[in-house]
This record gives sequence, C-alpha cells and structure tokens, in this order.
Amino acid sequence: MAAGKGEDLKLLGLDESPFAARVRMALSVKGVGYEYIVQDLFNKSELLLRSNPVHKKVPVLIHNGNTICESLVIVQYVDEVWAGMGTSILPADPYKRAVARFWAAFIDDKLFPAWVGIMRAATEEERAEKVKETFAAIEHLEKAFVECSNGKAFFGGDSVGYVDLALGCFLFWFGAVHKMFGVEIIDASKSPLLAAWAGRFGETSAAAEVLPEPDKAVEYAMKLRAKRAAAK
Amino acid sequence: MAGDELKLLGHWASEWACRVRLALQLKGLTYEYLEEDLDNKSELLLMSNPVHKKVPVLIHNGKPICESMIIVQYIDEVFPGASPSLLPSDPYERAAARFWTTYMDDKLVVTWIQTFFAKTIEEKAERMKQLLAVVDTLEGALEECSKGKPFFGGDSVGYLDVMLGGLLSWLHGTEALCGVDLFNATRTPLLSAWAERFGALDDAKAVLPDIGRVIEFAKMWRAQMAATEAATADTKN
Repeated sequence: MAAGKGEDLKLLGLDESPFAARVRMALSVKGVGYEYIVQDLFNKSELLLRSNPVHKKVPVLIHNGNTICESLVIVQYVDEVWAGMGTSILPADPYKRAVARFWAAFIDDKLFPAWVGIMRAATEEERAEKVKETFAAIEHLEKAFVECSNGKAFFGGDSVGYVDLALGCFLFWFGAVHKMFGVEIIDASKSPLLAAWAGRFGETSAAAEVLPEPDKAVEYAMKLRAKRAAAK
Repeated sequence: MAGDELKLLGHWASEWACRVRLALQLKGLTYEYLEEDLDNKSELLLMSNPVHKKVPVLIHNGKPICESMIIVQYIDEVFPGASPSLLPSDPYERAAARFWTTYMDDKLVVTWIQTFFAKTIEEKAERMKQLLAVVDTLEGALEECSKGKPFFGGDSVGYLDVMLGGLLSWLHGTEALCGVDLFNATRTPLLSAWAERFGALDDAKAVLPDIGRVIEFAKMWRAQMAATEAATADTKN
C-alpha cells in the first residue's frame, strides 16, 4: 500500500531489533507503506550514520528527507502524521495519553534494562538479580494492564495502542530468553492477564506481519556474544 | 478554567519539578504547591506515584500525572491557555522536541551526575570530556531548532526551552561543583546567550531556585552518598 502521493517513506531497521519492530508494527496499524532498508549493525551504513549521527542506532524513519529517531518518538510521529488512517495509536483523552506515555517510558527505562541484563549478566548472581528486577517490572505492568485496558483486549482498548506496541515488540525476545536461560518472563501463573494479552497480541496482523520467531533472536544473541568475546 | 484543581508535589531543588513549575507559570495556571521531604515521603506522594515514589507529581482534579516530560505535555494539551503552545504544531518539529528532551535526560543529566560523583581525577577528566561533548551536541540542537530566533521554540519559549530551563540552576552550578563553565560563551555561544536570555525572563526568575542554594544542596548530597558508601563498605568488612 503506498504511503501517499509524493510521500517518500523509508525505515532503517533490522528484523531482530525490537525497537525497529515497534515502528514497523505502528506503520502496519496505520496501513502505511514504506521502504524497509535492513541495516547491518556490525558494519553501519553511511546512510545510518548520516541519518542518526547522535546515536547511530536503528530505527530511523526518513520521511520526505526528514529523519526521525528513537522508536517512541517515531511511533508518536507516525500516529500524528497519519492520524486519519488505520486506528489511533495514542488515546484521544489527554489523561489516558499521559498514562500511556508513562507506561511506555516505564517499559523502556525499567523493563528493558532488566531483561537485557538477564542476557548480559556475567555471573549467575547478577542474572538472578536481573530476573528479580524483570519480574518486579512485569508485576507493575500486570496492574497497568487492568488500568489501561478497562476490561478490553489490549492496553489500547479494542485495538492495539501505544503501550501494546511498546511491550509487544519484546515478545519474541522474551521467547529467546526462555530458550536460552529457561526464564519465562510473562508467566501465566504470575501474570495471567499479560499472558492472555501476549497471546492475543501475537495474533494481531501487525505482530504476525512483523515479529520474527524467537529462534532468530537467539541466533542474533549468539552472534552478539561472539562479537563481544572476539573484541576482548 | 473553573473547577480545575491543580496540586504539584515537588522539591525546591528538583530540576524535574522545576520544569513543571515553569510550564504552569508560563500558562498562568494557579496550583497548590506541596514541598516534599524526600527523606520522609508523604502518603499522598506514595499513593500518587506508587511505581517510582518520586517528584514531580501533578494532581489534576484528583488524578495523578507523573514524569516531568509527560506532565508538561499534559499541561500543554489540557490548557492551551493564553501563551502559545509549548509543543510545536508541526509533527516533525514535535518529534525533534521529544528527541532532544530524551537526549537531555539520558545524556546531559546522566553524564553530569557521573562527572559530579567521579571519584578519581582520571574518571572526572573522562566524564568531563563526555559532558562537554554532550553540550556541544546541544549547541547544534539549539541552532537547528531556533533557526536564528531567541529560543528553541522560536520567538517565544517552547517545550525544549522549558525542558532545558528546568535544569538551569544546576547547570549554572557546574562551575562551582565540577570546575567547568558548562555554557561557556566561547565554546557554546548560542547556549550561553540562551541561558542568559531564559534566566532573565520574569517567569523563570519566579521559579528557578537560587544557584547558591542548589550548590550547597548538591555538596551535601555528595557528602551523604560518600558517607553511605563508606558505611556500607565498613559493614562488608
């Protein structure tokens, strides 16, 4: 589906990046077409370095020559620019919008470093600590789901919203963590609402279109580990 | 707006609370300010921000909003008010404003704290180098966003001015606390001029804490942290 007459829309990303997945799912929700340019983060392209000189990271959205960086910033941009298309990602009500922004920030500031820490831990002790932190964050998000969903299927209500995308993009990595370390981050016995939500989210067209299999993430994690070991 | 009840839970030295007070001041909004004792947090704070237990928290008609970036956007959306919009109207400029705020929080503040708490001369020198690089990047951001006008927001104060402005007393304290003039007129002329201009605004003067007070507070904080670390080290031995 074309982005629109005269629209030039490119996304720099890679399949294994959950942050790029966030943006790709947002574009899917909006039904907006774009050129997906897969990046090699071990050998960064001129285009990437030029488009995101500050962080040199993916995802980067390039819209009519303008670059937008940081996944949550990009998702809000996409929601605002293509406001008439697909479904709304951020809530219409300003208070609900503030709550959605709060939980998305929590996911990036608290949950992300915790689960990444499980993978990067140097000792078993450190790993156990990170697992504890991850479960603590998940416990907060289980309550957040009650607050945001209001009895409906998603954090966003009837349709996938901002917090759904913020958390949903990690699901294939949670699968990888389970395969690699035996830790079930969203455990049905501990966080039943989130477990049910994860099932539903996985079945949405946005998730089905974009999220890779956990095995792909496992492979990438191994590659990263090998590169880090070689660098020492 | 009649029937709007606004309470702000804050701390006089908190740069995050300062951002919110600037926004409320610029919008000409009336609110009840509650100074928190961060060593003895109020029931209201713990109830209103159970996840982080931090200030600032804005309570609007009984509903809490947390995180300075989020609160300021909320204020801007709910109270379009007399002053122009804090956030730009153009989505691309809005994205840039949000990007640079995240940069300020993740890079400027974090690196500043690392510099301030650096233990060895080598560490301090390394962190200082990183801090100055961050400030150089922000100089570029100001050039890009202001397009030759006095503020990040253009002719008038905008979102980024508020986000950086809230940090101003702490940033001015850097010379006394870390031995470097952060917004040096030679190295970062735009930021230096902006800091003076922003600080001279009546709205800023009404809200920004006294730099001397902030310096004393920071020194006390550092001493407290050192004492806690020493005590913890003792108990481990």
